[in-house]
Amino acid sequence: MILTAINRKLVRDLLGIKGQALAIALVMASGIATFILSAATLESLEKTMTTYYDRHRFAHVFAGLKRAPHSLRERIAEIPGVAAAATRVVVDVNLDVEGLAEPGLGRLISVPESHEPAINGLYLRAGRYLEPGRRGEALVGEAFAKAHGLQPGDTVRAIINGRRDTLRIVGIALSPEYVYQIRPGDILPDDKRFGVFWMSERELAPAFDMEGAFNDVSLVLMPGASEAEVIRQLDDLTAPYGGLGAYGRSDHPSHQFVSNEIRELRGMTVIAPTIFLLVAAFLLNVVLTRLIATQREQIAALKAFGYSNLEVGWHYTQMVLAIALLGAALGTILGAWMGRGLAEMYTRFFQFPILAFSLPLRIIVSAIGISFAAGLLGTLSAVRQAVRLPPAEAMRPEPPANFRPTIVERLGLQRLVSPASRTILRELERRPIKAGISIFGIAMAAAVLVVGSFMKDAIDSILELQFQRAQRQTVTVTLNEPSHGRALREMRHLPGVLAAEPFRALPVRLRHEHRTRRVGVTALSDDAQLVRIIDLNERVIEPTGDGLYLSAKLGELLGVKPGESITLEVLEGQRPVVEIPVSGFIDDFTGLSAYMRLDAARRLMREEDRLSGAYLAADAAQIDRLYRELKKMPAVAGVAIRTATIESFNAIIAENLLRIRLSNIIFATIIAFGVVYNSARISLAERSRELATLRVIGFTRGEASAILLGELAVLTLLAVPLGLALGYTLSALVIASVDSELFRIPLIVRHSTYGFAAVVVILASVVSGLIVRRRIDHLDLIEVLKTRA
Amino acid sequence: MTTATTISARAGIGRASVFQARGITKVYHVGEVDVHALRGVDLDLYEGEFMVLLGPSGSGKSTLLNILGGLDVPTSGTVRYQDRDLTKYDEAALTRYRREHVGFVFQFYNLIPSLTARENVALVTDIAVDPMPPAEALGLVGLGERLDHFPSQLSGGEQQRVAIARAVAKRPQVLLCDEPTGALDVHTGIVVLEAIERVNRELGTATAVITHNAVIAGMADRVVSLSDGRIASERLNETKVPASQLLW
Repeated sequence: MILTAINRKLVRDLLGIKGQALAIALVMASGIATFILSAATLESLEKTMTTYYDRHRFAHVFAGLKRAPHSLRERIAEIPGVAAAATRVVVDVNLDVEGLAEPGLGRLISVPESHEPAINGLYLRAGRYLEPGRRGEALVGEAFAKAHGLQPGDTVRAIINGRRDTLRIVGIALSPEYVYQIRPGDILPDDKRFGVFWMSERELAPAFDMEGAFNDVSLVLMPGASEAEVIRQLDDLTAPYGGLGAYGRSDHPSHQFVSNEIRELRGMTVIAPTIFLLVAAFLLNVVLTRLIATQREQIAALKAFGYSNLEVGWHYTQMVLAIALLGAALGTILGAWMGRGLAEMYTRFFQFPILAFSLPLRIIVSAIGISFAAGLLGTLSAVRQAVRLPPAEAMRPEPPANFRPTIVERLGLQRLVSPASRTILRELERRPIKAGISIFGIAMAAAVLVVGSFMKDAIDSILELQFQRAQRQTVTVTLNEPSHGRALREMRHLPGVLAAEPFRALPVRLRHEHRTRRVGVTALSDDAQLVRIIDLNERVIEPTGDGLYLSAKLGELLGVKPGESITLEVLEGQRPVVEIPVSGFIDDFTGLSAYMRLDAARRLMREEDRLSGAYLAADAAQIDRLYRELKKMPAVAGVAIRTATIESFNAIIAENLLRIRLSNIIFATIIAFGVVYNSARISLAERSRELATLRVIGFTRGEASAILLGELAVLTLLAVPLGLALGYTLSALVIASVDSELFRIPLIVRHSTYGFAAVVVILASVVSGLIVRRRIDHLDLIEVLKTRA
Repeated sequence: MTTATTISARAGIGRASVFQARGITKVYHVGEVDVHALRGVDLDLYEGEFMVLLGPSGSGKSTLLNILGGLDVPTSGTVRYQDRDLTKYDEAALTRYRREHVGFVFQFYNLIPSLTARENVALVTDIAVDPMPPAEALGLVGLGERLDHFPSQLSGGEQQRVAIARAVAKRPQVLLCDEPTGALDVHTGIVVLEAIERVNRELGTATAVITHNAVIAGMADRVVSLSDGRIASERLNETKVPASQLLW
């Protein structure tokens, strides 16, 4: 194809602004990369999840109960809307794992020994399925197997009903129920200390006195069935058998996490790209407006020769589209690369048979469309200017700019400012909109830096509040059954125990108006020092009265305020139902919690001196001995170790958030540099004649540059505080977008973060200033003065 | 009948008129002041004619040229181009008119700095109906050797000759030149005028040159002087002076 002359002009003009064009394309690429990253990951994750759920028949409704005879299964299966029902035995046991001092928690799930379960099917990664009649065989969940390097043929010791038993691993499996594999009550996976095992029902049921009985139901619903109605009827059927309340997929711990991640990704496809693309649009606007102003006479000539307005407009539009296309291309490559990384990260989080990152053409096409749209949005007015320019008028040189004394001078303060500063002030005041736009652009860079970095502040604050002020126990010991106070006294005498505080955990359903939530209430003793309740003002509070203290998020979900009362249904023991006041809200960041006083809980349950477990403070020197003793105790159902929780918090949440932070900072720096560099280059282009004149009449290089760089400095200094404020606002937006039942981030931005953002922006200014300064130094005075302004 | 129209009529004997401007006025509104750039101008331009429009700056000659060239529209009056009424043209029709019929040469050349001499000419030939090859047009103005130079590598006179080549490459019916030598010294100016002269002679393009330099009037068939937005005088040159013999 032979390039027409006007297209050659296009190519050469683009090459002429290549630095600026590249800076803009990079900002655009940052936005497109985040878009590609999140949109493609979102799609991959959703598709993987749906396929997995379908192929392995992930149930729709789940319920736990204490013990029900098999005969109940028929009645459950007859609930209208139920397509299939599966019952099984699910028990948690202590694991004695080699290389782990503390006891681990094993969840044993019964499966038919002759065939795979019909609901919540398994995906066999390695080894084989159970063989009928063989004792001691188990399938192990992949996460636990990986964490301990287990292979088919290896063994694991478990305390089954007080007896130490050996499980022989024959296969490694995955289940749609455990895509996100967490211990009940936890929010982060701890694959070393929690494992899922599938065993023959024939072997598991007798060991736990469950012959002819079950304690867990899963239902697959017919299309169009009312989940709420099925849950209601299932609750009615299981209530006499200690039903713990049925729930749908939306409350299923694993699914909740996966869908939460999907929701966050969906938010990410909008917020971050919008910011970047707005900045890119703004930069394009600045650059193109400037270019069109300098090409006034060229445009006039083109029109005089008979190029139509449409052709002239299209000429400049193509320029924008070329930059946008470059941005989209770079962004797509970067986004695909990052997407692969994110998918890899997800395989550490989520247990899918396969999670492949794919980038459908459709998403690439939308990315290009979005960058075109952003580019056109930014340059519409500039292009219109070129289209509207009357050729006869453009032939005449632009009239000299209109200047007037600035406010400072009108106030008679001119003695205070030097002539150079006066020039700077007049320039800013003459074109306040241009100055305002530049300030906004630079501010945006600072804002993105704040948003990119504040996560670390938030995480630090979560760590401090949650693990230093609220939860100070060394270990949390949970008992199989609510036990007598004697258990507490026994624990106090375990080696290394410095203090032991009892707690009572009750499975409940909270109801307010039409809203309900299944949660666990933790009842704490009045003198509790290890686990404390922290209110919204980060103050430790001493609970009083009989009321509940709820996570602020739980209060919000139930639509209740402190002082109002709600219905509390206990799903254990005599299953009392009471109206209970909400005494206050607490500040926590993970899950939904409810606390009450131990005395109040005991009165409610009509019991004395009962506990579900205890918080222990232990001497670090004797901790291994303590763990050994705990492993031996049959009544102990589980041991949660605070340092392990902090570790996994750091390993998973912190590491990932910090990785995101790093890429945010890189992107934000690109923005900062792109905006500042472009502003500086354009000021230079607009004023090179003026600066050359100054040089000709005897200004030194330094004095001449001072005027331009001074303007840049003023813009930057005005922009920084605005940007920090903007950053705080955007952070609030980000927080609102991740806020969920599972995880909340407090809006905390430390001074050091503001400082960091300011320093990066100022540094970008200085570097841009230096580059521009070099150009001023090398101004060809004669050439500049020869060209007509 | 006034002397002017008589002279005009004499100039047009045996030739069809390319332009017929009647009662042209142009008023600009600058702030709160009305500037009367043209106050009723009647003017004809005939086929193959070389006309010089003479006048001091502010006399309205550029405005008149812009109106004839379809870059601007008069406040009142009519302009006929061949048998069409330009004043009834809309924006798109004017664009087509410029594209097909008019060649412009400006005082400041208005070359596209990012394009070479050849490409600057191609800019016009790309969209013209029956253009000559860019190299031929540049040959016509004596720049056959400098086809691939960028404007910044050419002298002012050379740049202006590129502009002339660009204007004539489409084989326009009219060539309109606005102070083509205004930014040039005598010697270079004459080379440029020779190029315009040659185009007028060899291609027979009706040519109107605006200038405030009275010497240039010597090379015209007809000289029209403008003053304060009106035609002040008009004369026919009995003998044309070749551009090469002009002196100022």
